[in-house]
Amino acid sequence: MIPEIGHFALILALVIALVQASVPLLGAARGDPVLMNLARPAALAQFGFIAIAFACLMQAYVVSDFSVLNVAQNSHSTVPLLYKVTGVWSNHEGSMVLWVLILGLFGAAVAAFGDNLPMSLRARVLSVQAMIGAAFLAFILFTSNPFLRLDPPPIDGRDVNPLLQDPGLAFHPPFLYFGYVGLSTTFSFAVAALIEGRVDPAWARWVRPWTLAAWSSLTLGIALGSWWAYYELGWGGFWFWDPVENSSFMPWLVATALLHSAIVAEKRDALKSWTVLLALIAFALSLIGTFLVRSGVLTSVHAFAVDPARGLFILLILVIGIGGSLALYAVRAPLLKAGGLFAPISREGALVLNNLLLSTATATVFLGTLYPLILDALDAGKVSVGAPYFNATFVPLMVPLVAAAAIGPLLGWKRGDLAGALQRLKFAAAFTAVVVLATLYLKYGGPTLALVGIGLAAWLAAATAIELAERIKLFRVPLPEALRRAANLPRAAWGMTLAHAGLAVVITGITATQAWQVERIALVRPGDVLELAGYRFAFRGVVDVPGPNYAAKRGTFEVTYDGRPIAVLTPERRFYPVQGTTTTEAAIHTTWLADLYAVIGEPEASGPGNAPGAAPRGAGDPGWIARLYYNPLVPWIWIGAVIMFVGGLVSLSDRRHRIGAPARGRRQAAAQPAASD
Amino acid sequence: MRRALFLLPLVAFITVAAWFAIGLTRDPSKIPSALLDRPMPEFTLPPLQGANVPELSADAVRGHVALVNVFASWCVPCKAEHPVLMRLARDKRLPIYGINYKDWWEDSLNWLKELGNPYTAIGYDDQGRIGIEWGVYGVPETFVVDRDGRIRYKHIGPITPQVLAETLLPLIERLEK
Repeated sequence: MIPEIGHFALILALVIALVQASVPLLGAARGDPVLMNLARPAALAQFGFIAIAFACLMQAYVVSDFSVLNVAQNSHSTVPLLYKVTGVWSNHEGSMVLWVLILGLFGAAVAAFGDNLPMSLRARVLSVQAMIGAAFLAFILFTSNPFLRLDPPPIDGRDVNPLLQDPGLAFHPPFLYFGYVGLSTTFSFAVAALIEGRVDPAWARWVRPWTLAAWSSLTLGIALGSWWAYYELGWGGFWFWDPVENSSFMPWLVATALLHSAIVAEKRDALKSWTVLLALIAFALSLIGTFLVRSGVLTSVHAFAVDPARGLFILLILVIGIGGSLALYAVRAPLLKAGGLFAPISREGALVLNNLLLSTATATVFLGTLYPLILDALDAGKVSVGAPYFNATFVPLMVPLVAAAAIGPLLGWKRGDLAGALQRLKFAAAFTAVVVLATLYLKYGGPTLALVGIGLAAWLAAATAIELAERIKLFRVPLPEALRRAANLPRAAWGMTLAHAGLAVVITGITATQAWQVERIALVRPGDVLELAGYRFAFRGVVDVPGPNYAAKRGTFEVTYDGRPIAVLTPERRFYPVQGTTTTEAAIHTTWLADLYAVIGEPEASGPGNAPGAAPRGAGDPGWIARLYYNPLVPWIWIGAVIMFVGGLVSLSDRRHRIGAPARGRRQAAAQPAASD
Repeated sequence: MRRALFLLPLVAFITVAAWFAIGLTRDPSKIPSALLDRPMPEFTLPPLQGANVPELSADAVRGHVALVNVFASWCVPCKAEHPVLMRLARDKRLPIYGINYKDWWEDSLNWLKELGNPYTAIGYDDQGRIGIEWGVYGVPETFVVDRDGRIRYKHIGPITPQVLAETLLPLIERLEK
């Protein structure tokens, strides 16, 4: 009964979405306030019905209703409750319901908090949002219905994929989707603005909070995903340039560019058509990411079950949605009035540089991700593009980006003084030199690129600190006065400072772990001692440990440094009998300056070609393959990402997003000096 | 000229979308099996107790053209293909060997009692270990093995009468020559 309610609620949501997609748009074209205002209750109701459907699906998972095909295929009665709940989105159908739930949530939020928007713009935004909603609701109902019944119901389900039974993963898709789907609002604003033929500073300001919300969640979602890959996949790495990782990273890069270009649109009434294009592309890349994951066009560890019909449907949505919006862009964007002139050395010049580098970076990632697909389509063979390509193309683009991110905030609008800015950064330069020399002293003979990375991070961190100090006149006015100024700084300024500082921390973490990771793979027997980066790992053997729905083999390493006990690491291999899968659970001890990372692998077999489970060689204890890593500064990657996330939230709380509409009247004044561009 | 510039994103997108469309036409299930044209993995599986057919091993499969069918009682498409296998077994065209994949012993026995047993021998692979060696990633899957014990074809999903008539039987005939 309850699954049928969910099914019915989804159908109702689709019907409402169809109304919401058409009527307010018509109302906006005719100037009819009644039709336009229909958008708000419709958006709220659409969200309500999707929420009901989602709750029904979750109920089926929580009570393990195996008469629902989706539950039978993706859950099991012995799974802990947490993973029953997260099982809802660990499969294609359920994750699509979560997707439309968040889409509906953003639509409802625009309807609820959009009081300061002009009525026609709000109606159009909500209509476009509903078009996306209708497309995906239809997709769910026609190709991926999670409420299908199974008769007769099986006695038990087929289990949640063991790799996904993990707290890091449990919360990574919701944040990621929040980011992906949040970009839909930015997209809707862009399309609405193109329909209206008007992009002005007020528009840029209205879009900003939605972009910030999406960007912040995407940052956190990507960080959670990489953290999960770090401790669950057991290879000591944190980023694999996997197609699915890339497809979450590309919207992030574009959203970052959009956040920066929207500042120019807001402050200088320039870069307008470019900002609109970025808003379209950011969501287009989110959709392409969805397509890549679900169509089976690319194979990856993350890819859901493959179904060409689904792929075709999403491709259709893609072509109509993205193709349509870009066609609209081609027609309407040339009509947007270009903003004022600006000099290359200026705040806006620096932001343009940021945009150029970020979009080029996006393009390189895009190319690397799709190149195998393109070659295959041309019958030119199957290839896979890996880390070497991305390291060779992506990293060099990040170097000038970070270097400029340090200088940009110190440049004035309109006409900046580069010499003056560099003059003010002399302490940053000195700090960078000290840090680089100290690194050279500590890690002599390491890769040169590591020095560049550490130097850049130091440069960015110092410059960000100097910029903040100058703003609050630290050391120039008495300290209480400086603190008062700090408290009164706009939240957006704090957001920028935090985000840039977080980036510096991330770069430090990535550089250090890439350059100075120490790895040791060895066959160990109880009593063996391995040495790694000064730490002594004493292996104490492997014991069997039963889990709720798995059986684990747990190894124990006692770690000492200079004879002092540091930690006891207990990596596990878990065997999940229902799916017959084994997962590795890395044991990690962090000092915040480094991680000690241990993984226990296969038991020693008596020789090649033997059946698994064969008796080990010799009468004594069997040996085990152990992988040990010393990962310097790796926690900084996630600490930095969290700082960036907090920066986004702080900026989101800026009061200019909360107070009423910025006077749209300013538009006329700003639009006048429409010189050529 | 300026207008053409604004068309650029659309053109770029259409190019990408065209590639996607071509990519979609490539059947992802045609990913070549790593085992194709290779000897089948060596294995021995215990019999399904109570099914009155012997255990299954690589030695039993070798020597004649045979089908190796991976099935489970919890798998709905398996139920769909079962009548096709029953008919094939009645014709005594060739031996059909079953790998009972990640199943409860009782369930599979009831399943066979209810629907009939087309298998010459059944290996009981309750942990799915042998399935991993065969590269099984979903049930049902059916392998065609030649006289020398080489895997010559892998069919993913249920065998429909059409698949049997148009793909499997012609291949079997060719292999038997």
